[in-house]
Amino acid sequence: MSVSMPSSGPSNGLSNWRGMLTLFNKEVRRFMRVTVQTLLTPIVTSLLYLLVFGQALEAHVQVFPGVSYIAFLIPGLIMMSIIQNAFANSSSSLIQSKISGSLVFVLVAPLSSLEIYLAFVGAAVLRGVLVGLGVYLTVRWFVDLPLFSFSHVLVFALLASAILGSMGLIGALWADHFEQLAAFQNFIILPLSFLSGVFYSIHSLPPFWHAISRFNPFFYMIDGFRYGFFGTSDVTPALSLAVTLIFLLLNAGLALVILYKGYKIRR
Amino acid sequence: MTDAVSIEHIHKRYGAVQALAGVDFTIAGGEFFGLLGPNGAGKSTLINIMAGLARADSGCVRILGNDVVTAYRQARSALGVVPQELVYDGFFTVREVLRLQSGYFGHGKANQAWTDELIVTLNLADKADTNMHQLSGGMKRRVLIAQALVHKPRVVVLDEPSAGVDTELRQALWEFTRRLHREGHTIVLTTHYLEEAEALCERIAILDHGKLVALDSKQKLLARYPYRLLCLTLAGCATAQGNSVPIPAMLKHLLVACDGNQIKLRLHRFDDQIGGVLDTLREAGLTIIDLYTEEAGLEEVFLGLTSSTAQRLPT
Repeated sequence: MSVSMPSSGPSNGLSNWRGMLTLFNKEVRRFMRVTVQTLLTPIVTSLLYLLVFGQALEAHVQVFPGVSYIAFLIPGLIMMSIIQNAFANSSSSLIQSKISGSLVFVLVAPLSSLEIYLAFVGAAVLRGVLVGLGVYLTVRWFVDLPLFSFSHVLVFALLASAILGSMGLIGALWADHFEQLAAFQNFIILPLSFLSGVFYSIHSLPPFWHAISRFNPFFYMIDGFRYGFFGTSDVTPALSLAVTLIFLLLNAGLALVILYKGYKIRR
Repeated sequence: MTDAVSIEHIHKRYGAVQALAGVDFTIAGGEFFGLLGPNGAGKSTLINIMAGLARADSGCVRILGNDVVTAYRQARSALGVVPQELVYDGFFTVREVLRLQSGYFGHGKANQAWTDELIVTLNLADKADTNMHQLSGGMKRRVLIAQALVHKPRVVVLDEPSAGVDTELRQALWEFTRRLHREGHTIVLTTHYLEEAEALCERIAILDHGKLVALDSKQKLLARYPYRLLCLTLAGCATAQGNSVPIPAMLKHLLVACDGNQIKLRLHRFDDQIGGVLDTLREAGLTIIDLYTEEAGLEEVFLGLTSSTAQRLPT
């Protein structure tokens, strides 16, 4: 054996695309190793929501004209699954490697902050979209769901999972231990997603809560996503797209700044 | 010729603690370099700055001429760090971990032959497809070394590589490290085992309280310590009350250890003559059964330089 060969990795250039793809690949393999937990469980949970809320309220609530409550509910549940799983993927992976110390192997590699961000968020997007697709395909066995605009569905699914992947990174970089991350998830992500119109139209809310909902960026993700199915929404899809894009830019920018500064990871 | 590592005026503060206060030295290509110091001296902080795991408040570190901040891709590609802690990703096997690490550095399938060679060289072949969390501590240490070498770095930093490993593995690690050095790698070793540094390193830096207190070749460092130890076994002098030996008053300032009828005296190379000391002992009625001398080791030098209560050595 001779280990005296000079280092000649392609990473010596301006970018390290292979390093980024390797990190993305590692993140994907990580959640694919535990598919029962990362893919199957969220699908079953969404079905239970559908069963409980859909069956209980089907006869009492009509949100959009000509759309059954159970059909109305499905896009919201799909988006909620996307949101929660995209967040869970980047946040759990990063906090685990941060606390165990194995993040050091990524930090000593010639990877830029942008490459690390894209790898983590790319894997979060993939998991979010896979779970969303799984929920969609499963509920289609039970409910006839229209598809008004596939492009709207896809764009909002990708944007929402990228936003939550970014928020997962921010939460995991900020948190020093699992409890803090759980607080971030339970006191920020969960309320924002539950109060975003997953189970209702904001037009059915009292004026005060209607106004409050307008400040919830998750509402625009779900409303734009729902538009892709029914061609009907609470606000115009263009507004939803604009708000969602701005929210993505803010989160991506914050995550990149934190990564670049090495906040709590590069002392 | 470009230095393997160049450290210029590095300052680093953690709150009220000044971890590094103007550290300044270079390591030449192909050197086997030891970085010593007591706990909290700043060794790990310095290594973390070299590896990009910490950022200096001021100053500059270059690896093969590449600034670790502005040319971090080139600097990190040239550097392999074996961390002190046994950290690992429990999701993957040994082979997977090494291939992932190779990929992070931009290497593709062409590098798989090298990772497989590392697996064989570090005696990991029968564990190659075992999950990391199922490995023993010694095996995990080997994987950490393989991970540090997987991208063929020219500068290898080993941060306390022998901490917590058994004697057999320590010897194997020493041999492997010597081999890396023979093949042209620059080795930077931090260790608490001073005999390790003494056995392996050509040049040694000693840090204390964030400052460089010594930087010299091993031989010159050892020569700085002007003392040797005279170890004596005396006949029939242990008292019934304990282990004290009736040392003549004029020799008491030389006594550094006393165990039963064995004593250890620290003699200045030039000021204290062994013959005179032996005569004094005999005149006091003590019989010398056995004697030998010990030359100063790195430990004495280290303690002399880093202990605030010890006598300061001339620099």
